[in-house]
Amino acid sequence: MSEAGPIYLDYNATAPVKPAVVDAVAETMLLAGNPSSVHGFGRDVRRRIEDARERIAALLGCAPPELVFTAGGTEANNTALRGAGRRALIVSAIEHPAILRTAEVVADDLVVLPVDGEGVLDLGALDAALAAHGADALVSVMLANNETGVIQPVAEIAARAQAAGALVHCDAVQAPGRIPVSFAALGVDMMSIAAHKFAGPKGIGALVVRAGLDIAPLVTGGGQERGLRGGTENAAGIAGFGAAAALAADDLARAGEIAVMRDGMEARLRETEPDVVVFSAGAPRLPNTSCLTMPGVQSETQVMGLDLAGVAVSAGSACSSGKVEASHVLRALGASDAVGGCAIRVSMGWATTEDEIERFLGAWRALYAGLTNRWKAGVSAAAG
Amino acid sequence: MLARRLRDPIVRAMPLSSIDLGLGRGACVVVAMSGGVDSSVTAALLAEAGYEVVGVTLQLYAAGGPRRRPGACCAGEDIYDARRVADRLGIRHYVLDYEQRFREAVMDDFADSYLRGETPIPCVRCNERVKFRDLLDLARDLGADALATGHYARRVEGTAGPELHRALDGTRDQSYFLFATTQEQLAFLRFPLGTLPKAQVRAEAARLGLAVAEKPDSQDICFVPEGRYAGVIERLRPGAAEPGAIVDREGRVLGRHRGIIHFTVGQRRGLGIAWPEPLYVLAVDAARREVVVGPRAALLRDRVRTGPLAWIGTDAPALGEERAVTARLRSSHPGAPARVTPAADGSATVSLEEPEPATAPGQACVLYEGERLLGGGWIGGTGQSDALAAASRDTAPAAHVAAA
Repeated sequence: MSEAGPIYLDYNATAPVKPAVVDAVAETMLLAGNPSSVHGFGRDVRRRIEDARERIAALLGCAPPELVFTAGGTEANNTALRGAGRRALIVSAIEHPAILRTAEVVADDLVVLPVDGEGVLDLGALDAALAAHGADALVSVMLANNETGVIQPVAEIAARAQAAGALVHCDAVQAPGRIPVSFAALGVDMMSIAAHKFAGPKGIGALVVRAGLDIAPLVTGGGQERGLRGGTENAAGIAGFGAAAALAADDLARAGEIAVMRDGMEARLRETEPDVVVFSAGAPRLPNTSCLTMPGVQSETQVMGLDLAGVAVSAGSACSSGKVEASHVLRALGASDAVGGCAIRVSMGWATTEDEIERFLGAWRALYAGLTNRWKAGVSAAAG
Repeated sequence: MLARRLRDPIVRAMPLSSIDLGLGRGACVVVAMSGGVDSSVTAALLAEAGYEVVGVTLQLYAAGGPRRRPGACCAGEDIYDARRVADRLGIRHYVLDYEQRFREAVMDDFADSYLRGETPIPCVRCNERVKFRDLLDLARDLGADALATGHYARRVEGTAGPELHRALDGTRDQSYFLFATTQEQLAFLRFPLGTLPKAQVRAEAARLGLAVAEKPDSQDICFVPEGRYAGVIERLRPGAAEPGAIVDREGRVLGRHRGIIHFTVGQRRGLGIAWPEPLYVLAVDAARREVVVGPRAALLRDRVRTGPLAWIGTDAPALGEERAVTARLRSSHPGAPARVTPAADGSATVSLEEPEPATAPGQACVLYEGERLLGGGWIGGTGQSDALAAASRDTAPAAHVAAA
């Protein structure tokens, strides 16, 4: 237990909200109207939603009408994969389960593309898949990976896919506020984001749908969101989403500083233990993410041990914590269970301080020293 | 004696602050929380007594039902209940996915044991291979000072180290399932409920406001719903249950059966044979897929052969010597006076003073001295002394029974 309060280093799971986000949510929640109503109460809420849409569109480099609000990244991914109506799906091996599990259910033909040892998509494999499926296919590749932070060459992927007649979707939920994101520059047809990854509320996200692209809605109803997402809008959540988007530029301005902090942390852990493995370190990576091993110590033990020491990190995606195996992402990078099963993810963000990283280093070293001492004692007891 | 103790108001009114694990105040204790009332109260009492409690719940097997989906995490009401108890107590709590380990270490063994014609006790395997090994290691890795469980057994500090004793509430005693515990594991283990009657445990759950206070007791075997173990085995080993013959001791076919997994030594019901006298399963012959039946007298045994005997905190008798003990041959068996004689290979022969109905291979023979559990071993086979064989010759001819 830490006297100085717990340390949060799990921003890729969800980032703590900023006070201005809470204010925007509270103010909008107090408004009585239904945004679809004709009267003044309705118009007040409608205005908040459209203000937010413009702010988010500005952050993402898309036109406001291209933004369809959903109940988060998973729903946005489902809408894209199910709504595009393509019979073949081409995805990378390191996609989030929201893509992989959905693709398994939706696709008549599913192609899972390999990545190299750093986690970067194999473009040759993409070309081969496009040659086989081309105009029947939807390609879905994430912009930045949630576990290692590796960034994919999405613009290049989109160009190749569209040349072959395929549609392209990009799961970009980990990117906003960490690296610049431009829907227009990426050139994809659809893109998913989630507010809570950059200090917005949980349970609100969006699918950007290129103007002119016709997809089927996942949720039908009263025609909201241009008929692409029925149901009364989550107005308070959208307002918070907008507030977070407006503040995301501040995070981007700090990204270089966070990368220095992250790199310093990795360097110092390798000084402590040269066998520490950092995944995707040789590729373009999110500045805030580090996926690294504590040699010989299972991920679950580290996550619990650090939690008991007041430091919050995670292993793999939240639901697979506890499995004694490498995550599907680290396996795709070629990691053995022995190495990948000892990885944790440290992810930083807008409120992370140098002091917190110092204390994380202290907790990591204490946990590792305690375990290695116990192993040595066990070995000498066995020998004696 | 025991009944009188249970009625004793001093026992019932024992103050809870008396929970003393022999650790310093504020020591960190990992509690294995199943979501049932016993382990929930264990966690609650330790938290109340001032220990730093860390709850750990193992997801051991896929909860049944249509809502379970591959890849779904944290399924099952028991895990939900454990979480809610931990929330209520304000303690740290972790759910670990042990499905694969449990399947390999316990369930596969359970199925294969039945297919060998045995009647296994998966709870012992689970304690031996999962809870007191992997979970105990984890507790040590986390820097905890002890691992506590909701077992009804007592850990008593003896002159030569910790000893394992029967629970004070004999009707709830679970020490039988702990016979494979090693001295080193026992040193780290605590069983705070061992001195409490079950009724008091439920009363404590109610007093502490735990939602599990009214929850029914768990199944005998946690992964076997309503005792229908045959269905579990058929799922684990599809097509393994082959039909065969029901024969008498002379090998005469009396009927047919749907598969040996439906039978256990000593069983009387479900044979489906009309016979002038009640018939009991005397043996299950996996190789021939035969179930051997006979009259009750033919079931009597006064010799038990065990596999390697584990002794807890006491030395095995020297070769050629014997030790007077109380032997329990099933978890429901109260115990019978016996003498144990070790063999050179670590196995042993247990000679019962009075004959007992035969116990199936796969069950355990657990040895006590008074309240203290001395050790035990897996039952490899049972037999009759010459005297018993002679005495029962009229009613129980030819023992081609004590196979295995």
